[in-house]
Amino acid sequence: MSELAAIVDRAATLFEDLHFSVAREWKAAAPGRKVIGYMPIYVPRELIHAAGMLPLGIVGGGDQLEVIHGDAYYQSYICRIPRSTVELGVSGRLDFVDGMLFPSICDVIRNLSGMWKLMYPNVYSRYFDLPQNYRDDIGGNYYARELAELRDALGALRGAPVTDEEIRRSIAVYNENRTLVRQLYDYRIAQPWQAPAAEVYLLMRAGLVLSVEQHSELLREYLAAVQSTERPRRDNCRVVLTGVFCEQPPLNLIKSLELAGCYVVDDDLLLVTRWLTADVPADGDPLQNLALAFLHHSESTAAKYEPSQKEKGQHLVRAVHRSKAEGVIFASPSFCDPALLDRPMLQHALSEAGIPYVSFKYAENSGQMQPIREQAGTFADSIKLWSGQ
Amino acid sequence: MSPATVRSKTADVEKDASMRKQKEMMAAHYDRLTSAPETGEKVCSTFVPGNINELIGCFDLVNNLPEVNAIQNGLRRTSGQYVLEAEKIGHSEDVCTYVKSDIGMLAKGNVAPNGKPFPNPDVLLLSYTGCFTFMKWFELLREQYKCETIMLHTPYMGDGKITPNMIEYMVKQLREEVIPKLERVSGVKFDIDRLRERLGRSAQAEEDLVHVLNSARRRPTPIDAYFGGIYYIGPIFGAFRGTEDAVEYYRFLRAEIDARVAAGAGPVTPEGDMAAEKYRLVVEGPPNYTNFRQFWKMFYDEGAVVVASSYTKVGGVYDLGFRHDPRRPLESLAEYCLGVYTNRSLPMRVDMLSDYIEEYGADGLLINSIKSCNSFSAGQLLMMREVEKRTGKPGAFIESDLVDPRYFSAANIKNRLESYFQMIEQRRAGERSAA
Amino acid sequence: MSAREMKTFVGIDLGSTTTKSVLMDENGNAIGHGITNSRSNYATAARVAGQEARVDGRFTLFRRALGDAGLIGGQLDDFLVELERSFRLEQFIERLDDLETTCLGQMKGGRFAAVEARLREALAETFLRLRSEAAELFAPGAKRKSDFFRDIAGARFYGHAETVSREVAFPYEVLLNVYDKAIIEVENRPPAGGLDEQFRRALARVLSADGGMGREAAEIRDCIEASLRVEFGESYLVGTGYGRVTLPFSKEHIRSEILCHGLGAHLMYPRTRTVLDIGGQDTKGIQVDDRGIVTSFQMNDRCAAGCGRYLGYIADEMNMGLHELGPMAMKSERPARINSTCTVFAGAELRDRLSLGEKREDIVAGLHRAIILRAISIISRSGGVTNEFTFTGGVAKNQAAVRELCKVVKDNYGDVAININPDSIYTGALGAAEFARRAYEGGARPEGVA
Repeated sequence: MSELAAIVDRAATLFEDLHFSVAREWKAAAPGRKVIGYMPIYVPRELIHAAGMLPLGIVGGGDQLEVIHGDAYYQSYICRIPRSTVELGVSGRLDFVDGMLFPSICDVIRNLSGMWKLMYPNVYSRYFDLPQNYRDDIGGNYYARELAELRDALGALRGAPVTDEEIRRSIAVYNENRTLVRQLYDYRIAQPWQAPAAEVYLLMRAGLVLSVEQHSELLREYLAAVQSTERPRRDNCRVVLTGVFCEQPPLNLIKSLELAGCYVVDDDLLLVTRWLTADVPADGDPLQNLALAFLHHSESTAAKYEPSQKEKGQHLVRAVHRSKAEGVIFASPSFCDPALLDRPMLQHALSEAGIPYVSFKYAENSGQMQPIREQAGTFADSIKLWSGQ
Repeated sequence: MSPATVRSKTADVEKDASMRKQKEMMAAHYDRLTSAPETGEKVCSTFVPGNINELIGCFDLVNNLPEVNAIQNGLRRTSGQYVLEAEKIGHSEDVCTYVKSDIGMLAKGNVAPNGKPFPNPDVLLLSYTGCFTFMKWFELLREQYKCETIMLHTPYMGDGKITPNMIEYMVKQLREEVIPKLERVSGVKFDIDRLRERLGRSAQAEEDLVHVLNSARRRPTPIDAYFGGIYYIGPIFGAFRGTEDAVEYYRFLRAEIDARVAAGAGPVTPEGDMAAEKYRLVVEGPPNYTNFRQFWKMFYDEGAVVVASSYTKVGGVYDLGFRHDPRRPLESLAEYCLGVYTNRSLPMRVDMLSDYIEEYGADGLLINSIKSCNSFSAGQLLMMREVEKRTGKPGAFIESDLVDPRYFSAANIKNRLESYFQMIEQRRAGERSAA
Repeated sequence: MSAREMKTFVGIDLGSTTTKSVLMDENGNAIGHGITNSRSNYATAARVAGQEARVDGRFTLFRRALGDAGLIGGQLDDFLVELERSFRLEQFIERLDDLETTCLGQMKGGRFAAVEARLREALAETFLRLRSEAAELFAPGAKRKSDFFRDIAGARFYGHAETVSREVAFPYEVLLNVYDKAIIEVENRPPAGGLDEQFRRALARVLSADGGMGREAAEIRDCIEASLRVEFGESYLVGTGYGRVTLPFSKEHIRSEILCHGLGAHLMYPRTRTVLDIGGQDTKGIQVDDRGIVTSFQMNDRCAAGCGRYLGYIADEMNMGLHELGPMAMKSERPARINSTCTVFAGAELRDRLSLGEKREDIVAGLHRAIILRAISIISRSGGVTNEFTFTGGVAKNQAAVRELCKVVKDNYGDVAININPDSIYTGALGAAEFARRAYEGGARPEGVA
């Protein structure tokens, strides 16, 4: 196996492991270690890291988890991710997790935080609110205090307060990770045939279960290996993939897009890995720095209020320009109110900018890719026709 | 059914002073709203849960509530076509039908219940409480109206408590964002004494409303706290909290309910007084509005009455003690927003429903799970199990939608309700024979 | 000797596809079972199923009487099977007569004036042939696809009418037209004629055919006659099932099918604490206590995914009979993972998978597992599995579904006894009959009865 193949294989193994062995091993490696699970879309992993704990991203069960009990908790019109997450819990797959964070993204995940409290009264769990007001003295102050509450809770959990110095060190470690993630995304923009969407996705997914240091190492290895490998270049069009901000699409869906003739040159998959778009200052008041980074340098997504009508959807237009994409694919989870309600507004912004798009829905356990291949294929063909004119 | 049941005529029922009053209030409000273009009054659209009506009133703004419009469209059976219209212009069939009913109505001329077109809002006040969909809803409306939009972010009570940080955050938003922007839009200077006056009136009406809701502890209960309750909460959840009209309405209502108690009467239904009370229920979740009467009838025909409900707490939880407080005007508005039912964590909701079952002597919990409303619905199956466990009383689960007629299956719901009532009956018989 | 009245209690379960009836005696023993297709007319279905249950009840009385008298000895079972076959033949012939009369009745008003004579001729010939083969249809070992008159008579009528129409050069469509109208009328009226007479004729045929019993013939006849003199007094009736609201029963005569299923399963297996019923239209999870009282229940939500009907669609989609799906699934060694039990998408998913080269049996096995997982989630909602588990409904007859159920229950709830009764289709009707008996014991009387 080539070095590159071995790296991708490692990431794929982590992805397929529904028992989170690597996180279990991390925890078992030293006494007193703790693991804090978190759900999409964003939590300040720096704080967990600063407390000496492992942040573990939980993004549902995918298409390989047989959901037996999870469906008992949800009506048919609710999306898949909470039921497979409950399945992970009920089936004991998360029994090593010492705490759970449910960030503010939608009513379903919000309510899941309360369910977790009811089901696991002895596990630390918290609904982690994020500000929808972006003024430093209002949303910023509020958020900094929320961060302080979380910091104190984590400190209580480990039995010693988390210091500013620890947080500053963690910010630096995550800055390094952010830089590598940006490099990977930039590399894909430049040569999408070299870094297939499914591989980039697997590498990002690995960042949810590995320690940040291990993940940065993996990214470095991949970047080195892939640059020394020549891969065939296909006559694909370039697209931005959006709408996939919480429940994950099946890996097959991502693969299908490229098979159907679309190079994914940017996406909003697993946004936690690049939520903050710039490095966070590693000196000064660390909570203040994290709060301001959230207010002024974070991604846009359906879960976040956009205060300006003029700005609505512009992040997507900019993503298209930055990545030199020719169109946008909206892939939204079924029954996802935020993503689906946001979609028409984003589409209007794209139409105004003259950017073509195509839309479909999926569930994390969708088995049928044929309709998606067909739509993506037709979209790719039509883009080629337009650009040929 | 007992032939001795006396059913008064609907006409008699409508003679109640409170009902007449509410009708007049609604009609006057819609007239004021639709004639805003002529009178020059400014219009503020906002939501029911966490509305800051007293503050809106301080700026002489007319209040327009899209949720209430959607409900009106449901009751008038026009929501179905509006939902379809919204789906036609690109909205997913998966998403909230309040939103789609509103968007579809807009696309079809935006006609108010009085037959005149709604004016465009001058400001969208996004008091974002207990439901993320509200945020998207007003972003969608802003796209249409391109008007000033004010966000008031209410943090969620995830840990079951209101922290000083939450209050400070909200008060600061009110003071530095909401009030200045409302001043700008309305051209009216903020006067805190006006606000205090209104908050005082709110508290007065709230006191009477709680008296009415508490009356359901009696046997027989003089009110139905869900189907009837929806009428009772109308003024205080809608555009009238903080007005003299609301104070008067609740004074009338309180007197009427006291009279029913004195007469030993049961609740009023669309077909007159209800027959003997056989089952007492606590209901969680909103009702269906497209088939509201038919839905209600399934209950009173069986002698089932709702003694407490969570839906009548979406516009404010008053029965647990909260009152608007003129001495702490902005703080109390913040506490109000934070405390509404859907902003409470699931453990808090479970506590509340379990307590209701005990305090109101209910036979069990019925959940009407609403497809549109994830804020209510996600987690309800676990809530039901928890409440069953704590109270030992059986729960039941039915499903429908707010204003989408496609999601109301009468046969299905009736079948489940009958099974549930019979199960309660059978368990009672079992308990008697075991005793 | 004068007639003796026996108190009986009737439970009727008006399901979406079949209507079932159970006749119960005052000791709580189910003495008769009857089933018929629900058609579009629940009132007739209820009458027919009720009569079938009384016929079956009659046979129970025969068995008791003959057994008590020590007659026929070890061959009692064979004798009763023979008697029933003979009785069914009697009924069949009588209904054929009815059908012929009804066919002829269509000629009133001159509708077929132009061809009347030849139509009569063709009908006469067709019915002659039908009658002549009737005995064969009910011969020992003969296989009938269905026991419903419409199904048997229909298939045979089409066959004979086609031949006859060719032979006498008469338009086949006209014969079919006449038949189609007549069968609806006939089907919607319960079999006429005195049952007692049919029993007597049936008995006579059996006795004359079998010389070996000659010496006991007189005693047997006396026993049967004595049993026929017992009148089934319908002391109380309870209806349940989907069609219950369409019947003119008052509330006191109606129970929800959830309660009836719970009680019925309890009567069959008193240690049952959990009942799963997968029917055509819905799936129910029911928890009962040690007295058969329902303590909680859950049904599939608004979406009917994963109900029996889903298998029906799959069978149609694969061009197979519903009963063939289970055996095919049993052949699978590697069931496919099917994530959707959505009936609407079932066809598309199936075709997609077949086109990817997956084996039919693996897909079908996966579908069975998907249905069971969905059912288990409903059980889980209603409170899980705590003690004996009883599985009822049409899908309980499907061995692949049963196999998956046993596996999933064992994996999730450990070793729990799983009961599947061959008469599980009567679970609801049995519970209803018991409700009727209890209501009567509690002093309730049918309306109009003082």
